[in-house]
Amino acid sequence: MNQKMIEIRWHGRGGQGAITAAKIVANAAFASGYSGVVMAPTFGTERRGAPVLTSLKISKNKIYDLSPITEPDMVVVLDHLIVEEVNVTAGMKPGGLIVINSPKRPENFKFKGIRVATADVTTIAVSAGLPPGVVNTGIIGAFAMASRLIDMDMLIPVIEAEFKGKKPRRNAKAAQITFDNTILGGQS
Amino acid sequence: MHIIESGNVAAASGVKLAKVQVVAAYPITPQTPLTEKLSEFVDGGEMDAQYIPVESEHSAMAVCIAASSTGSRTFTATSANGLLYMNEQLHWAAGARLPIVMCVVNRGIGAPWTVWNDHQDAISQRDTGWIQIYCCDHQQIIDTVLHAFYLAETVNVPVMVCYDGYILSHTYMPFDIPEQKDVDRFLPPFTPAYALCPEKPANLNTVTLPDIRPDIRGDMAPGYMEIRHNLHMDMRAAIDVVADIDQKFKDIFGRGGHPFIEPYRCEDADFVAICLGSLSYHLRDVVDILREEGIPVGVMGLRLYRPFPNQAVRDALSGRKGVVVFEKALSYGNQGALYADIKSALYTADNRPTIHNYILGLGGREIKTHHLEKALRASCTKPDTIGDTPEWIGLKM
Repeated sequence: MNQKMIEIRWHGRGGQGAITAAKIVANAAFASGYSGVVMAPTFGTERRGAPVLTSLKISKNKIYDLSPITEPDMVVVLDHLIVEEVNVTAGMKPGGLIVINSPKRPENFKFKGIRVATADVTTIAVSAGLPPGVVNTGIIGAFAMASRLIDMDMLIPVIEAEFKGKKPRRNAKAAQITFDNTILGGQS
Repeated sequence: MHIIESGNVAAASGVKLAKVQVVAAYPITPQTPLTEKLSEFVDGGEMDAQYIPVESEHSAMAVCIAASSTGSRTFTATSANGLLYMNEQLHWAAGARLPIVMCVVNRGIGAPWTVWNDHQDAISQRDTGWIQIYCCDHQQIIDTVLHAFYLAETVNVPVMVCYDGYILSHTYMPFDIPEQKDVDRFLPPFTPAYALCPEKPANLNTVTLPDIRPDIRGDMAPGYMEIRHNLHMDMRAAIDVVADIDQKFKDIFGRGGHPFIEPYRCEDADFVAICLGSLSYHLRDVVDILREEGIPVGVMGLRLYRPFPNQAVRDALSGRKGVVVFEKALSYGNQGALYADIKSALYTADNRPTIHNYILGLGGREIKTHHLEKALRASCTKPDTIGDTPEWIGLKM
């Protein structure tokens, strides 16, 4: 059994790029020595704007169970309004981490026994020169800062490769600025 | 080079490396991203092939039959009702002995409509005369596509490469993309036994009389029944070819070694779970849990389903205390098709194990580790309480 697996659930809206964000983290994790990496989008109701989620599992060993995450260690939310629509912390392990794109500070979110990190990715992305609404690269910076799982040095080249021909530098910059401006709260 | 991509991209990458010359396909969920990727490869000049968009799966297979008859390396892919719509042409492709390779991205069949995974689509096409190979992860998908062309073109029988819809097709994981030069070393160019061409017009597969009769040169030609016998005997002989190709692949790429059955913790296992596709990898985690409890259990993934490797199955399973067959398909009114095949293979074994059948995951019903654990534990610890009728896992009503 793969005991040391890290399970990260990503909540976004259809078209927001949660899958791309999770894929970038998957690639950077693999390059960082996690040979077991599985990213599984959950399908069925995806429409542009509707809440969607994707599962990312990371391990030092090959992962055999490809079923969706039910007990995440970490949750990443690309749009803070989803918190009002979906039970984003469903099944979370005690002491887990939730990373939210929000202009609010972590203490404004009350999730029992869970650490909260926030960053105003939407504003930061625009300051990095991205069109309004592009948040999937910024959120990676927030995730990297709060989780300490993967170094920005590993993430930046993957972001630039993924967005080759689509503002790679600005996307990387959005991730870096967000990393520097993420607020990690204590456990509530 | 390792990349992290979806199972559909793994399949498309294999098709590209195999230097396929003709692709004809109709999109259907969850196969669609595979055919989209191939059309991108062709459009972008990365693949020197004809991509022929068609109006249906029946036409897709008809185009593949025509293309393969002219000696082109030919590929298509489909899922579920698309595969069923091809049914008549599937029999034709096998009967005409055309080495077409097709990915079947396994999905449940309507009605009622579903887009999610099970194996009823491919299993229901079991007797079309196609070889069927099942994959457990993305590495096996890309590698098996390469095997499949070699196999099909060696035995002149079409091959289905089956992999789980969504669970593999849309999940991202790392896999190695082989170098083109190594693939070229492994897979020889397609030299057809016979190819249609305008200079030598011919009729193929016209009405064949029940009896043998002299052909136009005066040689005795097989009747319909000899042609069927040949297909069957060549399918049986294909089992050895599968093993040879696996060995050749392993020599070049270092991967393989289990052409028929991929075992996990089975050396000292009194009980063995067996199934098709990615579920056998999921069961590895379950085996680990039960081993911690001291239950001597292992799991086998059956890779080759048709032709059925009876001898390998018998060798792997006879002498065990129990065999547990997990299936995402059902022969309605009887039991799982794989279960029946395995029971049949074990009939002549000296030491027959008890055997159980679990049906699960139909139409994408989520397969939970603890459900598998409970079922497999019961089969290992209380085998006499479970009968010959299939047990259902995950039913909620």
